Amino acid sequence: MRDDTGTLLALMGYFALMSLFAIGGAVSAVPEMHRFAVEVERWMTDRQFSDLFALAQLTPGPNVIIVTLIGYHVAGVAGAAVATLAMCGPTCVFAFYIGDVWERFKEARWRVAIQAGMLPIAIGLVAASALIVGRAAAQSWAAVGVTVASAALTYRLRLNPLWIFAVAALLGLARLI
Amino acid sequence: MSAPIPPPAETPASPPPPPSLLDLFISFSTISLSGFGGVLAWSRRMLVEERKWMTAAEFNEAYALCQFLPGANIVNLSVVFGRRIRGAPGAVVALLGLVGTPFLLVIAIAALYARFGDVEALQRMLSAVSAAAAGLIISTCAKMAEPLFRERPVSAPLVALLTFASVGVMRWPLYWVLAVLVPLSIAIAWRWRR
Repeated sequence: MRDDTGTLLALMGYFALMSLFAIGGAVSAVPEMHRFAVEVERWMTDRQFSDLFALAQLTPGPNVIIVTLIGYHVAGVAGAAVATLAMCGPTCVFAFYIGDVWERFKEARWRVAIQAGMLPIAIGLVAASALIVGRAAAQSWAAVGVTVASAALTYRLRLNPLWIFAVAALLGLARLI
Repeated sequence: MSAPIPPPAETPASPPPPPSLLDLFISFSTISLSGFGGVLAWSRRMLVEERKWMTAAEFNEAYALCQFLPGANIVNLSVVFGRRIRGAPGAVVALLGLVGTPFLLVIAIAALYARFGDVEALQRMLSAVSAAAAGLIISTCAKMAEPLFRERPVSAPLVALLTFASVGVMRWPLYWVLAVLVPLSIAIAWRWRR
C-alpha cells in the first residue's frame, strides 16, 4: 500500500494523461478506467466499479463524475478533487486555447479527415464500455433482459433514462433480477 | 468564428443581451442538476430554447467541435461557450457551474456508498441499475453508428470493430490502441473523402 501522497499522485497523473485520450467523451474512457482501476491498480473489484458507474448515472450532472466517484473510493475527498481536476484540467485548457482556432479550419480537408477518422473509434470505445458495464451487471438472465429492454426502449423512445433506472432499481429491490 | 473572442453584441438589432457571469453560472448549474445520465439534451434545451443564447445550428456546430476535442464533451462545451461569451472568467464560471455543483452532490453520494455499499438491498438495486445503464450505452452506440455505417459501410464498421476488440475484449491499454488505430482511421477517412 502506497502512502496517501503517492496514491494522489498516481490518481492525478493517470487521469490527466487519460483525459487526453478520451475520444468522444467520458463514456469512451470507461474501458480504460476499468482496466486501470480494477486490473492494474486493483483499487476496486469489478462489481464496485459497475456500482460506481451506476451511481454516476443516478447522480445528475455530466457523465464525467464517474471520475469523482473513483477518486473518492481510492482516496476520499482529496482523491475525488484530484481525480476530477486532473480529468477536466488539461482538456479544458486545450478546449480554451484550441477550440476556436480549430473551428477556423472547419472546411480544411485534413480537419474533415481527422474528425471523420475519430468517429468510428469513438463508436468502438462506447461499444467496449457497454461490454464492460454490461458484463459486470449480467449476473442473471433477468439482468441481461433488463439490459436488452433498456437498450430497445432508449433506442426507440425519447424517454428520460431515469424512468428506466427507477424501474430497474425497483425490480432489483424486489429480488426479480 | 474568425475573432477568438467575439465582442459583446451591443447593436440594438440583437435582442438577447450577453449573459452575465452569474447567469452563466446559474444556467450551467441548472443544466448539470437537471441532467441525469448525461446532460446533452438539457444543455440544448437551456442554451437554445430557454435562454436563446445560441441558435440550434450554432449549438450543433459547437457540440460537434466539443465531441472532437479530447475529454468530456459537455465540459468542453461549457469552456468553449463560456469563453465566447465572457472570455476566461466566463469559461471558468461555466465550468464551475457544470462540474462544481454535481461534485458536491456526488461526494455526499460517494460517502453514503462507502458507508452502506455492502447493504444487500442496495447492492441489488445498483446491479439492476448498471444493467439498465449498459442498455443505455448500447443504444447511444447504435445511434452514433447508424448514420456513419450507412455512409461508409465497410471501413467505419471495420475500425469500430477493431477498436472494440482491442479495448473491450483484449483489454489492451487505450494509448497503444489509439496510437495505432487513430492514424490508420484518419488515413482511411482521408482517402475516402477524396
